[in-house]
Amino acid sequence: MDEVEQLLQEAINALEACDDIGRLEKLRIRYLGKKGELTEHLKSLGHLPATEKPKAGQAINKAKRDFQQRLEQRRVELEKLATEDRLATETIDVTLPGRGQPGGGLHPVTITTRRIVSLFESMGFHVEEGPEIEDDFHNFEALNIPPHHPARTMHDTFYFDAHHLLRTHTSPVQVRAMESSKPPLRIIAPGRVYRCDSDLTHTPMFHQVEGLFVDKKVSFADLKGTLVEFMRYFFEKADLQLRFRPSYFPFTEPSAEADIQCVICGGEGCRVCSHSGWLEVLGCGMVHPNVLKQVHIDPQEWPGYAFGLGVERLAMLRYGVHDLRLFFENDLRFLRQFN
Amino acid sequence: MKVSEQWLREWIDPEVDTDILVSQLTTAGLEVSGVQPAAGNFSGVVVGKIMDVQPHPNAERLTVCRINDGQSESLQVVCGAANVRVGMKAPLARINAKLPGDITIRKTKIRGIESFGMLCSGPELGMADSIGGVVDLPSEAPTGVAVADYLGLDDRIIKLDLTPNRGDCLGMLGVAREVAAINGMDFQEWHSPSVKALIEDTLSIELSMPEHCPVYAGRIVKDINPCAETPVWMRERLRRAGLRTISPVVDITNYVLLESGQPMHAFDLHKLTGSIQIRMAQPFETLTLLDGREVKLDDDVLVIADEARALAMAGIMGGQYSAVSDQTQDVFLEAACFNPLTITGKARRHDMYTDSSHRFERGVDSTLQMKAMERATGLLLEICGGLAGPVKKVSSQPDWLIRNEIPLTSEKIQKLLGVELSTKQIELYLSRLQISYTGENGKWSAIAPSHRFDLNIEVDLIEEIARLYGYDNIPQTLPEVPQTMVAQPECQLTLDSLKNVMVERGWQEAITYSFIEPQLQEILSPDRPAVDLSNPLSSELSQMRTSHWTGLLTALRHNQNRQQRQIRLFETGLNFIETPDGIDQQSWFSGIASGPYAGEHWSAGSRLIDFYDVKGDIEALFSRARTYHRLAFKADKHAALHPGQAAKIYHDENPVGWLGALHPEAAKNLSIEGPVILFEIKGSALLDAAPRQFTPISRFPSIRRDLAIIVDEAVTSDEVLAVIQQIEDKAIQKSWIFDIYRGREIGPGRKSVALGLIFSDSSSTLTDQDVETAISKIISSLAEKINAILRN
Repeated sequence: MDEVEQLLQEAINALEACDDIGRLEKLRIRYLGKKGELTEHLKSLGHLPATEKPKAGQAINKAKRDFQQRLEQRRVELEKLATEDRLATETIDVTLPGRGQPGGGLHPVTITTRRIVSLFESMGFHVEEGPEIEDDFHNFEALNIPPHHPARTMHDTFYFDAHHLLRTHTSPVQVRAMESSKPPLRIIAPGRVYRCDSDLTHTPMFHQVEGLFVDKKVSFADLKGTLVEFMRYFFEKADLQLRFRPSYFPFTEPSAEADIQCVICGGEGCRVCSHSGWLEVLGCGMVHPNVLKQVHIDPQEWPGYAFGLGVERLAMLRYGVHDLRLFFENDLRFLRQFN
Repeated sequence: MKVSEQWLREWIDPEVDTDILVSQLTTAGLEVSGVQPAAGNFSGVVVGKIMDVQPHPNAERLTVCRINDGQSESLQVVCGAANVRVGMKAPLARINAKLPGDITIRKTKIRGIESFGMLCSGPELGMADSIGGVVDLPSEAPTGVAVADYLGLDDRIIKLDLTPNRGDCLGMLGVAREVAAINGMDFQEWHSPSVKALIEDTLSIELSMPEHCPVYAGRIVKDINPCAETPVWMRERLRRAGLRTISPVVDITNYVLLESGQPMHAFDLHKLTGSIQIRMAQPFETLTLLDGREVKLDDDVLVIADEARALAMAGIMGGQYSAVSDQTQDVFLEAACFNPLTITGKARRHDMYTDSSHRFERGVDSTLQMKAMERATGLLLEICGGLAGPVKKVSSQPDWLIRNEIPLTSEKIQKLLGVELSTKQIELYLSRLQISYTGENGKWSAIAPSHRFDLNIEVDLIEEIARLYGYDNIPQTLPEVPQTMVAQPECQLTLDSLKNVMVERGWQEAITYSFIEPQLQEILSPDRPAVDLSNPLSSELSQMRTSHWTGLLTALRHNQNRQQRQIRLFETGLNFIETPDGIDQQSWFSGIASGPYAGEHWSAGSRLIDFYDVKGDIEALFSRARTYHRLAFKADKHAALHPGQAAKIYHDENPVGWLGALHPEAAKNLSIEGPVILFEIKGSALLDAAPRQFTPISRFPSIRRDLAIIVDEAVTSDEVLAVIQQIEDKAIQKSWIFDIYRGREIGPGRKSVALGLIFSDSSSTLTDQDVETAISKIISSLAEKINAILRN
């Protein structure tokens, strides 16, 4: 029986030496095939005495099972190694950049306008729009600015003819909204406006957002509250301070300008706020009774407030843009910074 | 309006420092836009008297002066100013004097001559609005006295940015009144003792238009000294208000204007003929103004005239002919009140702006004229001597001057401001503002003072009350309004939301000016009539855009010139197209693209953006509205586009825009690197979305077959697919083109088109027979309608 054990040992050694899955099959044939060496041993059992036959048979069968098992084991091992080798050749550089182009982006004026509009929409305002080539009536007269009113000199106006002009503010949208709808009204009107002025801090075209709130019970205190709330949400600064100063707009009375505590220096005083700690950000007031009468709304019954925000101004403060003119150069190196 | 704090405090001196005073003014609505010292910080500068002036031996432009500075009789100072003369008094910076800008004066040698100090100009002493040259101090300035003390330079100039309604604050009087009201102080109204007439000379005044000129006061003053000098205190006050010294007579009228807000004018009496007439300009009348300009006067311009000619544009500017000169000895002084509506716009019409028109346009108190006349006469006699005649005054009270009674209730105040004020508080504020009132129990009838043209109705008074109460003291509340839900129409898109589609596809939003250069627009958009601005800033910004392309191409060029190659810019906004019915102002959605399709990538070659890239982006825009299958692109001609790469875009058969490559000639002329793809779509075409509607999905498998056909080059893809779509066979689900091939084996002028076909049925599994039948229909239709040959 030593002979069988020796054969088995030899076969096992051969298995262990084998590192190729194809040669593994040859080993199987050599030992377990029809004419395999272990198989041959079984055939030779016939020469043994009957009493030894069962025991010898058992030993050979055990050796065959043993080998079979080890063979399978080796096969799994070699397959695993082969897979590992193959996968190793498929290694990629995971740090190379991904494919496809990055997205583009919105203009910072649009980003800021959307931000303003959505904050007011959450308070129940809805968007209105109006023409940019306006008539004198909607841009001036209906807003209590008759011809030759000194306020007209504050609005360096682009004209087409005696009656048509580029709107100098988004306020005519108020008038149009009140002409077409009855109060109560809560509108917000973003858009392009134009003034005949061009220097370091003025571009002949810029953007405003006009707000109008007409209801039975609206007060200057409500106007203040709304704008304070808005500025704090816009700049995400819950303790942002506002200062309201009397001002003059022909279409509001009382009128006010509001300053926010400088968001650059926190009110300490810096170049941006001319060392005053305050930044002028908006004009507002209670809608002038003459404006309401023009559109057949009874000012006694329906008071209202209105305000106008400069979009570029807010964008510059929020994003730290120092030069207004950048907004209209459309330099990709500028635009991409807001993506 | 520039206010000297020193001068203001002579009128009213509240116990607050400059910072608080400034903040009081700002929060009361007189916005302070700046505070600056009347002069810089300096020391060691005294009044020096120039005893001798000799040319510098080594320098043509320099002089060697000998100066008496009170300590030394003959200090040698080298000076570079041209205006030094013997006997002149001037500020002398002694050795070791400190001047603004950290300058210390040292003994020095200038071109070989020793200099023991420096004669100073206004700018060197940090005096704003002063002119160059050594400061010419008055001859009576005491030699050796510190200049800062002598000129009272410890003063600050407060710059007020006044709103147009506050014409009353365009004089010290008004500002002082306001400071008194803010601080609740008593205010001594302005008055000037009347000057006794020593001569009887008068001019008669013919005022035929009281509506335009309710008050006109005139007075003759004779025998003034033409050599008199404006005193230094007046010169300093004028300087601090930003006015230059001209001559004593003019300086005095300017000074009274600054003091009271009442503009005045002085005529040379000997240039006047007969009576003074206040009338409208006559046809073809002209006037040469003080500044030398000749203006043609329109017949709605009020003039001051005599019997011979127009002398002045009333309330705006005097004429050159009757102006006082340095020889004038007899003058006619004028103080008048004009209707703001008469004056407004007239100066602007001639591109003028004067201190006088600025005040009259905003309204000048009609009670000021006599006071101003007396004040000016008093100053004139004091400074120039002379003999005054009696004041001749013509006045009336037209309707616009009459102050109406204004009803005021505390209920309205509370409703409008959202704060409850006591009647006592309200009455206190009214009194402080010199608003007279009668009434009680929170109901008043009020009358505004004559200097407040801006207070006419109840809300005007409410603003005044709020102003004195302090805007910052009004509470912050949020309006109480009923909750309402806002409609959200699902099929109504907005251009703003569609911007996101482009952004996700790599486009960058641009915003370009709505006015553009007409020549460029003529090239890019010749077929759309444009409107011109009548007063453009420049010719490059003189015409309203009829297309966004002009602006976008300019932006593209800007970027290409800055080494940017991969460019995709889009814009939304109005175009302005002239039509017979007026100007059509509609939103458009446009874009421009050029350069590599994507950034250079390690895994792929690079290619340039082409027509089909942008077409895909347009399809994506319309797919947001679920209507892109209703789009058609038809080859067409556009002046700005490549003749073989231009398509008019149709939506439901309506032309809605253009897509194409910029004409290479245009690119060359504009110095733009091509190819450049442009598109524009009318915004309205993008906004109506198709409703979302479910259709059942077939449970049966679909079958794909491919076909390759050969057709003429001229046959378009749309034509091929249209043939298949017109075939009546329910089994044909979908067809598309997946390859186009041209080559020698196809033959010249022909192309091979590979079609993908999907067949399916909603109620059963298709048999091969069903598919074969459909395919043979397709093949025969293609052969029949577009001469297609099946390719093997």
